[in-house]
Amino acid sequence: MPPVLQVTGLSKVFGAREQEALRLADEGVGRDEILRRTGATLAVHDVSFTVERGELFVIMGLSGSGKSTLVRLLNRLIEPSAGTVQVDGRDLRALDDAQLRSVRNDKISMVFQHFALLPHRTVRENAAYALKIRGVGAREQRERADWALRTVGLLERADARPDELSGGMRQRVGLARALAADSEVLLMDEPFSALDPLIRRDMQDLLERLQSELHKTIVFITHDLNEAMRLGDRILMLKDGRTVQLGTGPEIISAPADDYVADFTSDVDRTRVLTAGDLLREPRMTARLGDRAGDVLRALGTAEANGVYVLDDRGRIAGVARDDLLARALQEGRTDLGTREVVAEYATIGADRPVVEFVHLVGRHTVPLGVVDDDGRLLGVVPRAAVLDALSAVPARGSVR
Amino acid sequence: MIPHLPIGETVSDFIDWLLDTVPWLFDAISNVMQVLVDGLTDLLVSPAPIVWIVVFTVVALVLRGPWLALYTLVAFLLVVSLELWVETMQTLALVLVAAVIAAAIGVPVGILAARRRAVSVVVRPVLDFMQTTPVFVYLIPAVFFFGVGVVPGVVATILFAIPPGVRLTELGIRQVDREVVEAAQAFGARPGQILREVQLPLALPSIMAGVNQVIMLALSMVVTAGLLGAAGLGAVVVRAVTQLDIASGVEGGLAVVLLAIFLDRLTGAFGQQTAVSRLLRARGRRASSAGPAEPASRQDENAPAGAPASA
Ligand SMILES: Nc1ncnc2c1ncn2[C@@H]1O[C@H](COP(=O)(O)OP(=O)(O)O)[C@@H](O)[C@H]1O
Ligand SMILES: [Mg+2]
Repeated sequence: MPPVLQVTGLSKVFGAREQEALRLADEGVGRDEILRRTGATLAVHDVSFTVERGELFVIMGLSGSGKSTLVRLLNRLIEPSAGTVQVDGRDLRALDDAQLRSVRNDKISMVFQHFALLPHRTVRENAAYALKIRGVGAREQRERADWALRTVGLLERADARPDELSGGMRQRVGLARALAADSEVLLMDEPFSALDPLIRRDMQDLLERLQSELHKTIVFITHDLNEAMRLGDRILMLKDGRTVQLGTGPEIISAPADDYVADFTSDVDRTRVLTAGDLLREPRMTARLGDRAGDVLRALGTAEANGVYVLDDRGRIAGVARDDLLARALQEGRTDLGTREVVAEYATIGADRPVVEFVHLVGRHTVPLGVVDDDGRLLGVVPRAAVLDALSAVPARGSVR
Repeated sequence: MIPHLPIGETVSDFIDWLLDTVPWLFDAISNVMQVLVDGLTDLLVSPAPIVWIVVFTVVALVLRGPWLALYTLVAFLLVVSLELWVETMQTLALVLVAAVIAAAIGVPVGILAARRRAVSVVVRPVLDFMQTTPVFVYLIPAVFFFGVGVVPGVVATILFAIPPGVRLTELGIRQVDREVVEAAQAFGARPGQILREVQLPLALPSIMAGVNQVIMLALSMVVTAGLLGAAGLGAVVVRAVTQLDIASGVEGGLAVVLLAIFLDRLTGAFGQQTAVSRLLRARGRRASSAGPAEPASRQDENAPAGAPASA
């Protein structure tokens, strides 16, 4: 099955002398220089990516980096200068006007930065807009619109007009309009940028919840890397219309491709982005129930450690063997590591949990924080140094200007 | 020496040529306008004045509220007492016919100009020309084509009143929020749908301001129309001027002003919310909405966020 959205070599030049501007761009000439030489604006240049079904794909960059242009190329609100966009394997450029309208109506929906609701229609009529265009019967329109409004928590305002609602509520209507269309792909152009921070947080929660239920394929535009990190499965960093990096949030934080990205990542709240899995280390040593206590004690000495995770035969944590307890066991003549020699002095965390949830657990015990899978098997450890390192790190290639 | 360019002669030849080639066209236009104005005048003057005064007052009340209704009543009674009722109705008929035709031409041209750059580029200098040409200059071809009487007055009035209709319509449509138009496109609306359901409704206040301007400009032409022999308040004023009759000049002028204020306040209301439409909307909302219609607040905002129902 083809990817839901496949973008190849997409470029957009605004202005006359399009081909000339493109040629210069292909030679690597920068946007400002192209504008000076041709008078044309290179808004997007040679962007390629694919978005898989159910993925929330974030495009981020500073204002003017071409995000709005790029997202409008995806439903051909803007005609590309070069490159292709394929939706479910169909090239958008090959469609005639009627086919394009039908793709927009039932395959790709869009949510706008300033909501773009029809002010003279009610909330319900706005939510039903795509269905009305589709020519669906009045009853079904109403049912679908009401379902969508209930989903975004706004059904009780269905008869209001947009100007009677606050910004956050208006964007819920924008979201409901897209959901009611029941399209697979959702394009969202900075949908929460115009909202207050608290409302923005609510809307992000709402989107996450919707996404976990509905599994849409979402292209989400933002200039806020915290938002990108929070929502995005993968993030494409755009600068002057060009891709500078494409990867998951933690990948981008831990290895920013250039100064532009590093500047963004320096503002990011890493404790919410990095997870235990990202900081995971192979434990220096582990012991097994039934190991000889003397061997374990000697290994501890070599490793200059005071304790070690003891695993059972299935790799689950049985407890921690502390050096003083091992020494006492040997004095008392017990040579094998048994359950009497292990104590429960440790803490564990799931691999997908963000740093903010476990930072207080790190460094509290003789053994580092254990990272476990769902069955309690030890996957690795997070030593305190790893957390401090990750949080304080000025990324290798980053420089603070 | 700079040679004399025969611009005036050329235009004059062109007009002669038109008259020779398509005389039936001018006859047809002339007949239609004559019938429209005469018909409307008959309709306005045949019943007793009080009938129309009541109708105007009620219309003012519904569209604009009690103050304009009161004004309307007093103003038209005053017109009757000045013994200018028939002339005022003749003028009203001329103005309405001219304004409706001017709007019927101006608004569609404005729509086209907003949608097609090329149309806009061509139309703009034509409008500039129409607006800056002294009124008397296009009286000449009007008289040539249509002789004297009410028709050349209507035609000159139409030409004079078209530009604001075009301009304000184009402006109104261009000013519609681009994102809203994009949203309609993004959900697959056809261009015609976008025009009807998004652009025109959102441009309506501006278009109506244009229609208001059209009517006011048309009214400002009545004296000129009177010069051409159209019956009505214009003729009253023209006669007063030629006979140096100050008394009837003042009375005719006053009637024009009274009519102008009435039409301006009335049509100025079209694009805006009126007392009645507000009332109707508020009632409709109360009837259909389950929850209390509180003003939007931060609290409202957060409450539904906590518990969106699942699909
Ligand atoms: N219709 C247009 N005509 C000319 N230039 C445009 C147009 N739309 C966008 N641009 C230019 O393209 C660049 C990218 O704009 P945009 O895609 O809106 O960026 P972003 O959404 O990231 O702020 C900017 O330099 C902008 O001025
Ligand atoms: Mg933008």
